[in-house]
Amino acid sequence: MMEKSRRSFLKVAGIAAIGLGAAPAMNFAASDSHGTAHAVKSKNKKALHAQRWGMVIDTNKITDEVVESIVEACHKAHNVPDFNIEVDEKKYPNTRPVNHKQEVKWIWEEEFHNAFPDKEDEFLAEKFHDLPFLVTCNHCKNAPCVQACPTQATFKREDGIVMMDFHRCIGCRFCMAACPFGSRNFNFRDPRPFIEEVNPTFPTRSKGVVEKCNFCAERLAKGELPHCVEASEGAIVFGDLEDSESDIRVLLNENYTIRRKQSLGTEPSVYYIM
Amino acid sequence: MLEIAIKGSKNYWLWIVFLLAVMGAGGIFYIDQFMNGLMTTGMSRDVSWGFYIANFTFLVGVAAGGVMVVIPYYLHDYEKFHRITILGEFLAVASLIMCLLFIIVDLGQPTRAFNVMLYPSPKSMLFYDMLVLNGYLFLNIVVGWKILEAERNQVEPAWWTKPLIYLSIPFAIGIHTVTAYLYCGLPGRGFWLTAILAPRFLASAFAAGPAFLIILCYIIRKFTKFDPGWEAMQTLSKIVCYALIANLFFFVCEVFVSYYSNIPSHKAHVQYLLFGYHGYHALVPWMWTSMILMTTGAIFLLIPPLRNNKTLLPFTCAMIIFGVWIDKALGMISGGFVPSPLHHVTEYAPTGPEIMISFGVYAIGFLVLTILYKLATQVKEEVRG
Repeated sequence: MMEKSRRSFLKVAGIAAIGLGAAPAMNFAASDSHGTAHAVKSKNKKALHAQRWGMVIDTNKITDEVVESIVEACHKAHNVPDFNIEVDEKKYPNTRPVNHKQEVKWIWEEEFHNAFPDKEDEFLAEKFHDLPFLVTCNHCKNAPCVQACPTQATFKREDGIVMMDFHRCIGCRFCMAACPFGSRNFNFRDPRPFIEEVNPTFPTRSKGVVEKCNFCAERLAKGELPHCVEASEGAIVFGDLEDSESDIRVLLNENYTIRRKQSLGTEPSVYYIM
Repeated sequence: MLEIAIKGSKNYWLWIVFLLAVMGAGGIFYIDQFMNGLMTTGMSRDVSWGFYIANFTFLVGVAAGGVMVVIPYYLHDYEKFHRITILGEFLAVASLIMCLLFIIVDLGQPTRAFNVMLYPSPKSMLFYDMLVLNGYLFLNIVVGWKILEAERNQVEPAWWTKPLIYLSIPFAIGIHTVTAYLYCGLPGRGFWLTAILAPRFLASAFAAGPAFLIILCYIIRKFTKFDPGWEAMQTLSKIVCYALIANLFFFVCEVFVSYYSNIPSHKAHVQYLLFGYHGYHALVPWMWTSMILMTTGAIFLLIPPLRNNKTLLPFTCAMIIFGVWIDKALGMISGGFVPSPLHHVTEYAPTGPEIMISFGVYAIGFLVLTILYKLATQVKEEVRG
């Protein structure tokens, strides 16, 4: 037993030594004329943290104009393709015609009975009929898409955000079948010809992968709130659901809120004040 | 043994060339899909699976159906199936190859397919589907090949083939159960969210698989000197009959539960398939055709003079296969996605390229099947002669 563990220790140590020996050589190979490159991994001190990020949408404050600016802010920042634009023929010659059923959207407007199909009511208050309801990924606590993904390309972060690795996704679309909210999109084609102005700080996607709202994880890491929250003129409040002192918990305490398809038990993190 | 496959009649080679041509045509369309993405298909944001996954589901059933000859022969010593067990095993091999190809052509990023093994995800049903499908394929190749080889050399098969055969039985049930679990474990899809889905898949599999085997027996009788045996085919037709009746019964159960409970999220899908929903009824004629084909097929197989009619039987089987294919492939996928989780209706129909690529996959499967059946029948002829 002793002998065996000693041997395995030596083996590990040997491998480690090879690794140490190889590191400078690899650094050398990786470096350019300016000397050795050092990748620095540090956390932004301003980054926002939570135990479980959540969102409260005040449906009374959402108007068509607000919806429009929210959708635009989100889709522009995340390089979401708009299949209605005229494609630059010089840059992308021979672009094939668009099938609008294959659209991509991260946050969009629905009518009440589509956003909440299980709450359909023939005597629903009239004001709700005409109200635009914003829908997006719910970042469910028990996310069926995370469970379905066969490669962990869709995964849950410690702060509750359901994230995607666009480079690992094989495009099987099991997550799309699994999502009860229709929040996921597949890139049926290369989206790049349909991005009017590429935001260089956020990746564009390739064809054949799934994508969806990421609660602006890239902004939270810089200490900024999501685009939709900023553009919402106070209609959307973002915060930590697990923190009883947070703004959104206060709102949830003071208002009657509903969530989409609560009965399915996925525990959505997006709430709607009615 | 493979050398047998390169010696054949003119008809044999014509058939092979035909299959290669279909494969080539499918291949050209696949190259286009590979370069430009799945935009070439009729799938959409709302109906995110289509013809490929539909055919995949159907063929998993055909593959699992092979076990209906393995169980009687190996577990109950039913001698009459002695000659056709190999046909069942080789049919499973060809079907599984098609299944795996249908998954590959459905992937948005096929070059990343191995990520499923690089990042094994035990919570995903697709992970288990990958395991059981490949496991069952492996078992059938090894068992089929070894037993045929032993028959050719007129020796007993190696002792270890027996445990592998027994293992293949739960695997056959497993491939279709796990394939059903892909669908029936999803919370937001009322049509699939039913515990009876796996039993129903198995019932339709045990109808379509053996029905296809009967047709193949007819073809073998016509083109080779090997006779699979009329009595074996008769027993197979009884298996088809009862499995089909079980399938129809399960379907009635589904319709009853969704209509009598009247829960919209469950009923809407059945309504879309059978009567149309909010003015959309692309699948209604298909579904009724399927119901008529399956019911007529079941009646034809129930009445002995009709079942024993050698001219009628292949047509009955073809009707049943087509009926099951509509119900399980077209209906199962479109029915699950329409209406969408937000109760929008986006209908689905496959595009030309999608159908051509599917034909290409079928051609590959039939090529494998032809070669394997050529080996099997020739060896059996040799041994007899």
